[in-house]
Amino acid sequence: MSEQFKPVIVGFLCNWCSYRAADLAGTSRIKYAPNMRPIRVMCSGRVDPQFVLKALKEGADGVLIAGCHPGECHYVEGNIKALRRFSLLKRLLSQWGIEDERVQLVWASASEGNVLAAAVDRMTEQVRALGPLRWQESVLSGNGHGHPAPIETIAEVLATPEEV
Amino acid sequence: MSEKVGVYICHCGTNIAKTVDVVEVARWAGVQANVEVACEYKFMCSSLGQTLIEEDIKEKGLTRVVVASCSPHMHEKTFRTACERGGLNPFMFEMANIREHDSWITDDGEAATQKAKALVKAAVDRVVHHQPLELLPVEINPNTLVVGGGIAGISAALELANAGYHVYLVEREPTIGGHMAQLDKTFPTLDCSACILTPRMVEVGQHQNITLLTWSEVEAVDGYLGNFTVTVRKKARYVDERYCTGCGICIEKCPRKVIDEVFEAGLSYRKAIYRPFPQAVPKYPVLDPPNCTYFERGKCKACQIFCPTTPNSIDFEQQDEILKLQVGNIILATGYTLFDCSRIPQYGYGRLANVFTSLEFERMVNAAGPTGGKIVLRDMKTPPMSVGIVHCVGSRDENFHKYCSKVCCMYSLKFAHLIHERLPDAEVFNFYIDMRTPGKGYEEFYHRLLDEETHFIRGKVADVTDAARLPGEEGKLIIQVEDTLIGKQRRIPVDMVVLSPAMEARHDSREITQLFRMGCDFDGFFIERHPKLDPVATMTEGIYVAGACQGPKDIPDSVAHGAAASARVAGLIARGIVMMEPVRASINKELCSGCRICNNLCPYNAIVFHEDQKVSEVITALCQGCGTCVAACPSAAITGAHFTNDQIFSEIEGILWDVQSDHWEREAELVTAK
Repeated sequence: MSEQFKPVIVGFLCNWCSYRAADLAGTSRIKYAPNMRPIRVMCSGRVDPQFVLKALKEGADGVLIAGCHPGECHYVEGNIKALRRFSLLKRLLSQWGIEDERVQLVWASASEGNVLAAAVDRMTEQVRALGPLRWQESVLSGNGHGHPAPIETIAEVLATPEEV
Repeated sequence: MSEKVGVYICHCGTNIAKTVDVVEVARWAGVQANVEVACEYKFMCSSLGQTLIEEDIKEKGLTRVVVASCSPHMHEKTFRTACERGGLNPFMFEMANIREHDSWITDDGEAATQKAKALVKAAVDRVVHHQPLELLPVEINPNTLVVGGGIAGISAALELANAGYHVYLVEREPTIGGHMAQLDKTFPTLDCSACILTPRMVEVGQHQNITLLTWSEVEAVDGYLGNFTVTVRKKARYVDERYCTGCGICIEKCPRKVIDEVFEAGLSYRKAIYRPFPQAVPKYPVLDPPNCTYFERGKCKACQIFCPTTPNSIDFEQQDEILKLQVGNIILATGYTLFDCSRIPQYGYGRLANVFTSLEFERMVNAAGPTGGKIVLRDMKTPPMSVGIVHCVGSRDENFHKYCSKVCCMYSLKFAHLIHERLPDAEVFNFYIDMRTPGKGYEEFYHRLLDEETHFIRGKVADVTDAARLPGEEGKLIIQVEDTLIGKQRRIPVDMVVLSPAMEARHDSREITQLFRMGCDFDGFFIERHPKLDPVATMTEGIYVAGACQGPKDIPDSVAHGAAASARVAGLIARGIVMMEPVRASINKELCSGCRICNNLCPYNAIVFHEDQKVSEVITALCQGCGTCVAACPSAAITGAHFTNDQIFSEIEGILWDVQSDHWEREAELVTAK
């Protein structure tokens, strides 16, 4: 492949801090990697681990979760809950062979457009260095050369509630 | 499911169209599933753009609308209203942010166009799962809490009280008045500060619509816009306000003198039972236990013995009181503190006796101050023959605060004028970086000072020292500065140095933001909802800011800001109810397993558990819609309106349309199908 790999990162941004930080980065015309595709949630506490798994399954090379700084959450401590879930999810992900850099949690307040932009730039480079994830092809469908994974468990985790 | 989605791509002039190929995005969107119509337009937010949406809804029978333009924080409301006018539920709309998050962050047109497609696809896939929602009406309690009794808080409280609404004014010091009460003259008119402030203070004290709670602090805030419950600690004053007449005999008889660090900036003394200044409102004194002989040694009680009231007003047994206030809106006017000049050791504050801060100088020139208005050195008797006034101490300084404190140039000019007035023979040097005098009559005041022969030296002061090197420097303070207008280093010997420190956010401003659940910026100043168009509201509904707690301000700006916040609150109270976003959680009782995981997660205690049915329920009025419980529910029994799992999963699929494993096959199918 002569062309440079363009990682796709899904960003879950909280409505009050990090989404506005991204807005501010734009308004301030800060140039950063266009690889992060943002999805707005009201609070980083709304980020269900299923969202992260779903994004990776659908072809994302990385997932960024961004929230308000600890102590500055619009909903008091939703970001702390996000942090707790994130730590647990990370342990799960590492067992599936998903590298640490692919799923990241950052804090960016509404005034920190530069912080968010820098985080996206940094993460894009890290994921670029790791290469494409292709989780669906390499692991979940079981026909690739990927890491051995408990397929049933993953399918269960990924099943939307309606399917359970 | 067959939905008819209308997709509108905005050029935003050239803001979007310059980077994103909007024509291509619109063409491509037109062939996506569920899309009935897709087009691009110069300005979607214009009335013509909105009419386009309205007409398409009516003529083409659209059931959903997607606009790809700027941030939803900018125009979501605009387009929702347009949908509503077209006869669609406003929540059948979704916005794709292809300006702030796309065209403005990259110059790579190809990548930007690709990202725009992903964002549009995400919005289209999401919007088909949207459900019609209704705004929630919330009643507004007509009482308002104003926190902080400086000039901004006073102004806010009086505006509301005069409009006929009840106000609780909470102030943590024993009196209202704030920093303005400490000042001598106000620039540029040279009105006496106390003369214009004290009548307003008295008005607050006597107003039947204002409950004044001084020597009190807010401890907790519960509830939401329209219905806050605020817990206030009214600290023990040891003086019973019911009986005290404010005669002041207790103060006169108190044998204990303490340095007054707060009001007199450490230049003078107060008693252990004291009133910060004679015109304080309320007039009741306050007793300071750590300095009181009775509290220290168990005897004295001079104040109680001499108190002429019956029953006696001095109550050594008084305890803190906890009050619960019910209010609909809260205005924060917590003010500022001054930069600690000793943080710049080379300026010598705290080390060299005759280096003063602006506040100390302000007290000194005040006729009611410690020297009766005489300008003297630290020995309290020698008038200085030369004074150096240093601007921008801690402001406009990479090491401390980058921002300009806005008022220092003007009060430094005022100081120069007052010195000329009181000590006609004294020489005055103003050391400035840039002279900033924007404001009505401010520039004229500067010119007046130029005529008064103040020496203006443009340059940042490097050092203030008492180490004499040249003849004529002995016993003086030498100001070392580069005079940038003549391009030379200069040493200027003076008798007295006045530092003009930065206005800083209150040191506990972060705790305040946590208490009231709103935000502050890097410097600690509270963040307004919009820097241009909404400088009084905050991101939290029902919480407003006024005065210097939002950023450095002079008196007229603070007064205007306070009044503006009040006008906003008065408008809400007059309307009686406010319509709230219906982004709320709800629990499906059939699915709830009664595990109670969600109960403790809710920061608003909005989830109650019904012991009899073994299920949890969300109290809609208390729910703020964060969705933390939704994400945590192991039974998927909780739905977060407008952010349902369905909606977000579809959004994830849409945003990754081009990287899914079966992407090319599906694309081909779609194109042939159309």
